[in-house]
Amino acid sequence: MTLAVDRPAVPSGTVDAAGVVRRARRAPRRHLRRLWAGLVVVLVGAFAVRVLLGDYTVTIPDFVRILGGEQIPGATYIVWESKLPRAVLAVLAGLAFGIGGAIFQTTLRNPLASPDIVGVSLGASAAAVCAIALAGWTGWPVSAAAVAGALAVALAVRLVAGDHGGFRLVLAGIGLAAAMQSVIQYVFTRVDEYDVQLVLRWLTGSVNGVAWSTIGLLAIALAVLLPATAWTARSLPASELGEDAAAGLGVGRARADVLMLLGVLLVAVGVAAAGPIAFVAFLSGPMARALNGGRTSLLAAGLVGAVIVLAGDHVGAYAFADLNLPVGVVTGAFGAPFLLWLLARGRTGRRAA
Amino acid sequence: MTALVPTRDVASGPLGGDPRRRPALPASAAIAIAVLVGAGVLSLVVGARAVPPTALWDAGHPLRPVVEARLERTVLGLAVGAALGLAGALMQGLTRNPLADPGILGVNAGATFAMVVAMSTLGLSATGELLAPAFLGAALAAALVHAIASLGRDGATPMKLAITGAALTAGLTSWTTGLLLADRKTVETFRYWQVGTIAGRGFDVLLAGLPFLLVGALLALTGARLLNTLALGEDLARGLGRRTTRDRLVIALAIVLLAGTATALAGPIAFVGLVVPHVVRGLVGPDHARVLPFSMLAGAALVVLADTAGRVVLPPSEVQVGIMAAAVGVPAFMVLIRRAGSSL
Repeated sequence: MTLAVDRPAVPSGTVDAAGVVRRARRAPRRHLRRLWAGLVVVLVGAFAVRVLLGDYTVTIPDFVRILGGEQIPGATYIVWESKLPRAVLAVLAGLAFGIGGAIFQTTLRNPLASPDIVGVSLGASAAAVCAIALAGWTGWPVSAAAVAGALAVALAVRLVAGDHGGFRLVLAGIGLAAAMQSVIQYVFTRVDEYDVQLVLRWLTGSVNGVAWSTIGLLAIALAVLLPATAWTARSLPASELGEDAAAGLGVGRARADVLMLLGVLLVAVGVAAAGPIAFVAFLSGPMARALNGGRTSLLAAGLVGAVIVLAGDHVGAYAFADLNLPVGVVTGAFGAPFLLWLLARGRTGRRAA
Repeated sequence: MTALVPTRDVASGPLGGDPRRRPALPASAAIAIAVLVGAGVLSLVVGARAVPPTALWDAGHPLRPVVEARLERTVLGLAVGAALGLAGALMQGLTRNPLADPGILGVNAGATFAMVVAMSTLGLSATGELLAPAFLGAALAAALVHAIASLGRDGATPMKLAITGAALTAGLTSWTTGLLLADRKTVETFRYWQVGTIAGRGFDVLLAGLPFLLVGALLALTGARLLNTLALGEDLARGLGRRTTRDRLVIALAIVLLAGTATALAGPIAFVGLVVPHVVRGLVGPDHARVLPFSMLAGAALVVLADTAGRVVLPPSEVQVGIMAAAVGVPAFMVLIRRAGSSL
């Protein structure tokens, strides 16, 4: 799954021109592999910090023994019921949002056109909330509802924006995001028992208090979606060049549509488990691109997303004494300034880094 | 100077009607006032418990207390709606941006955030005390959004302003939520307020905000001529002898007073300021001397009607006016984006 666009090197005119070209073509690939390895190391580190440290420190030998099924008073419960599910869900949701966001941004060729900004995440969330609160559904039907909501918003945005991509698509999405937010807020004003944490889960996203069965459902969905994405995304470098150029290179519109569909599905299953964690899909793509020297890599974006959610959850849980902030509040508070900075640089109208 | 009414205002926008088919001014005024009065009467008689109109003038009617309770939210709705409609018309004229709205451009979110900060750090709670932070937050947010959107090559285009406003709103909402979680006392108060509601607020709340609304409206109505000249472009306006910077500041102050007070009174209500001026321009044309007062009337009518509809649309519960406004406003926003095409 090499998704780097190789930059054609200028032959130096020496005898060994072929060798120069070969080296120049190989360098980005080597860089990408090193980046993947580095991100995996960071991810494992973040995972370890999230699971072992915090209010209640678990030593590594204890952790291994707990995973092996040993009962350590206190520690076993905390690891299995709080720390481990949160960390695992953070990784899975981060992967889903990071990859889904990068697919949107790359295919639509606009860093602002990420699913959390154009309302796709909130559409999934609104549908899930309706399914849970109004219809009383649980388990996989909720995920199905989330997928339906995400697809509906994605189609509506496309309908409104027409052939004009860019700002018009983003604005249509912002309007629909506001509408979806209203739906969620309305449903919660009807619920008798007002649970702030629950409202926040579906408005800003949270990995707190999720059952293992939900996490398992997300893992199964990702096990299907991620290989399909990797297979479809082989055409991504061509799609990045724009619709006409991609068509000229033999990548039709249908292919890009399938990829977008996979992006919507990834985001929807992530939302069904963890809520629309703010700005993760938006942030991961550009950060991975910057790390990869301006080239797109979906896997790198997914790894960055996982690290962001893990780190955000850790900060939200432990940065302030006796205050458990949901991860979406943390990522929203720090993601928005980044978006403003991107706008201030004025590089959003066309192809931005 | 009356000849300076632009024939095709930039902000007259895609919803502006054909000038030849526009009703005459007295007729438009009669329509607007009739709609407003009708909205007020509906708001008094419609609800979970329908009230016969006779109770409106019969002081001894058994349902009189229901009418009196509804009178509070109706009057508050009229004031808030007028302020939002006027603020939207001012913003669209000042920035020559058909997508301007205090909710979309982050002004309401700034006011909300500043109020929550004042509640949790200074311990303020009365509406009167919260007005000053609301103004400060609204002003800072407006300035920040405009400053950020103006950077870059193509300047503050309507699209960039709207997206910057949405980004600021998202960030401020996160910070607001974080503060609210830390301070559990205010959460319950904010539950309905954060959605935007005019129910159960009482007359004393309105009285605290009324002076600021009046000052804001006065400042706004003096700015009609300036907005007409500004519609011709900055250079032409200056050439015609306007002191554009000073005049802009006056109008910006009016926007901050109106939007800040409306947010303090009823919570962040978006889309009213967006929809109303477009409809009004279709009715009375692009002259701000007419657009501004008519936007007040139409905004008041829209908020009261939305609130009334919210009481009956999904019984037995009530839909807050902020949600109803979004239900009306989002489709209008879509139409605006679609019709505006590549001109944005």
